[in-house]
Amino acid sequence: MGLFNLLFGQKGFTHGIHPPYHKDTADKPIRRLPFPPQLVLPLDQHIGKPAIPLVVKGQEVVRGEPIAKADGNFSVPLHAPATGRVAGIELMPTPKGPKTSAILIDVYEGSTQEVLWEQPRDMSELSPQEIIQAIQDSGMVGLGGAAFPSHMKLAIPDDKQVDTLIVNGCECEPYLTCDHRIMLEHPKALLRGIRYAMRATGTEKAIIGIEDNKMDAVELLKGHLSKGSPVEVKAVETKYPQGSEKMLIKSALDREVPTGGLPADVGVVVNNVGTLAGLGDLLPKGRGLIERVITVAGPGIAKPGNYLVPLGTPIRHILDHVGYEGARTEFILGGPMMGPAVSALDTPITKGTSGLLVLNEPSIEEESHKIWPCIRCARCVSACPMHLNPSMLGQLAAKRKYEEMAEDYHLTDCFECGCCSYVCPSNIPLVQYFRIAKAINREQAA
Amino acid sequence: MSKKTTIELRTSPHAHAGEDVVVIMRNVVYALLPICAFTVWQFGISALALLVVVTLTCLLSERLFNALSGKSSSLGDWSATITGLLLAMTLPPGFPLWMGAVAAFVGVALGKAMFGGLGMNAMNPALIGRAFVQAAFPVAITTWTPAFFDGRFSQFIPTTLTPPFLQPPGITDWVSEVTVDAFSGATPLALQKFEGVVTDHMDMLLGTTAGSAGETSALLILAGGLYLAARRMLDWRIPVLVLVGAAVTAGIFYMIDPVKYPDPLFVVLSGGLMLGAWFMASDMVGSPVTPLGVVIYALMIGVITVIIRLFGGLTEGVMYAILLGNAATPLIDQITQPRVFGEQRAGK
Repeated sequence: MGLFNLLFGQKGFTHGIHPPYHKDTADKPIRRLPFPPQLVLPLDQHIGKPAIPLVVKGQEVVRGEPIAKADGNFSVPLHAPATGRVAGIELMPTPKGPKTSAILIDVYEGSTQEVLWEQPRDMSELSPQEIIQAIQDSGMVGLGGAAFPSHMKLAIPDDKQVDTLIVNGCECEPYLTCDHRIMLEHPKALLRGIRYAMRATGTEKAIIGIEDNKMDAVELLKGHLSKGSPVEVKAVETKYPQGSEKMLIKSALDREVPTGGLPADVGVVVNNVGTLAGLGDLLPKGRGLIERVITVAGPGIAKPGNYLVPLGTPIRHILDHVGYEGARTEFILGGPMMGPAVSALDTPITKGTSGLLVLNEPSIEEESHKIWPCIRCARCVSACPMHLNPSMLGQLAAKRKYEEMAEDYHLTDCFECGCCSYVCPSNIPLVQYFRIAKAINREQAA
Repeated sequence: MSKKTTIELRTSPHAHAGEDVVVIMRNVVYALLPICAFTVWQFGISALALLVVVTLTCLLSERLFNALSGKSSSLGDWSATITGLLLAMTLPPGFPLWMGAVAAFVGVALGKAMFGGLGMNAMNPALIGRAFVQAAFPVAITTWTPAFFDGRFSQFIPTTLTPPFLQPPGITDWVSEVTVDAFSGATPLALQKFEGVVTDHMDMLLGTTAGSAGETSALLILAGGLYLAARRMLDWRIPVLVLVGAAVTAGIFYMIDPVKYPDPLFVVLSGGLMLGAWFMASDMVGSPVTPLGVVIYALMIGVITVIIRLFGGLTEGVMYAILLGNAATPLIDQITQPRVFGEQRAGK
């Protein structure tokens, strides 16, 4: 029980870390960027089956038009983010790592920012099933970074009962402020999206959980709620990884998702604020997800801020516009704690990309990267939000005892937040070891 | 953007808290330095020579074993320095320098290098070294010197410069020369145990009594320990619970027979308990990592210390208590694995 919890009587999750937050872009309103000359749209920019292309090389597409359809239920469609011509379907780099099939669109010069393809609908008449279908048709996925298809998340299995929708406005990763800006600039769309999600899931209560370093968003959203509203705004402690589903559920409702279970096991479904604001905007208009807000920040950026970028925009194009100079740099998609570093500037922004961080030379070199032996200081033990024993897991990983890690030390409960590696004074790449161990265990099982 | 950019690739997290092993170890040295300075002021050049010889021997031994195992030098991690300073502090100020060097070599060799160096050692290397000389040189390690004797900055304690492989001379005559008051040659612990004399608590707090080089000033030990605890480089629960464990155990016996047994405050302030609790029991390498394990480990050390003191043949029990705690640590860790978030345990 932390001091914060004692003082304020809040039931939060224990452990976690307080990295420097660098939320310097919190006061930067969302701005549009011009279209890049070419968009790169990977077919599997979500979790699940890749989408199936509906277009062929040379075909003209207009902004908003579907260009790939969902492959079954565990998949979502793709829409054209700009008007142009399909240049081909080729293997391109993605944030995930390996190259995958992507639709390339040569954007027409002077292409309008107006959306030219939509199918408006009266949301009030839709049944929960129809809302779920509309969500899938919109191509919406978890915009917080997971890119899990939203319709899958909101379709509650028959054997589960949920009573609360938790809206994740924590944004606990350092640097990122896009969710913060969305809450400030699009509160109505967000509340609309929350109502749709509540109808789709049959929940009677919604809690918007926001870290208390964003009290302006807390107050603003509270001001939009009438008395007796089923939606509640809750300030939670600013602490990484507050924005992880399990931690936020603990903080907001004091419920613990059981090992290996899902939020639905404790009657909860969690969605990110960006996702729900997106649904609130897209569903009534019958549009698809074609752009998203990302935070562009880091010491290497001349004009940091929050930008509304079309999906498929290559990193290089963004860097050209925000101004970047540097010789040795790490480019990170998402936050510094969990975001992947990319190896090619042709990598596009995808649905799950919440930020573009440029950590230039000094901030990388500040840390020494020498790895020392574990001195059993237990900092990782007091940091792990899942209450695992990363010290022990790390020693087992070094001996490649991956099965023992899973069987005796709960390796599978690790959600790779990176707190252990962050605090380790020996610079032991703990979470990196755990990823390898999990991957090898998965391979063994398959 | 510039024409040529080297892209760095690393896996997340891309941020780090910044404090590494070297920073932690260096701060432990900082915390020990005031205690060392006080020791030198108290016992003069003999204590200084002991600190220097023991620490240098630790560093040289560490380097020797680095070379023998084909590794690069690990002196930069400061851990051998800490071992040296701590070991010197647990020895009597007039301890023959050659015996100090033996303790240092054995501590590093058997206590650390044999296990694979920093982080791998099961027990505190300084205490291994001390345990060795306790068994090997039982007289020398219980030969005490009065604090603040005259001429301590100009002459060595006669035992200090004992030639290697020889036993130190008796110092009774020398002691009566340099002190005005009669000095019985006993520490507060020995006075209490064998003669029933309780030393003034304030003297023990300030450190004006006889004792091992760095054990006498509870106040400075506390200050150094609190500094480290405030910087989160030391788990405050360990020293506090060691002291609580010792005080409670002593308190029980004190209530049974206040004449025969010492009072709890005396127990906490005397001997090496303060130094042991704050700087040795709390040694990260030898203590458990689990929250419950830390509690069991620390209380165990406190209780065992008092039991050895009250019922054992020795006057001091801290060293063996901590070594026992170190030995039990892997087992304690094993049986106190924390409940994982969301884990359903039987009966819950």
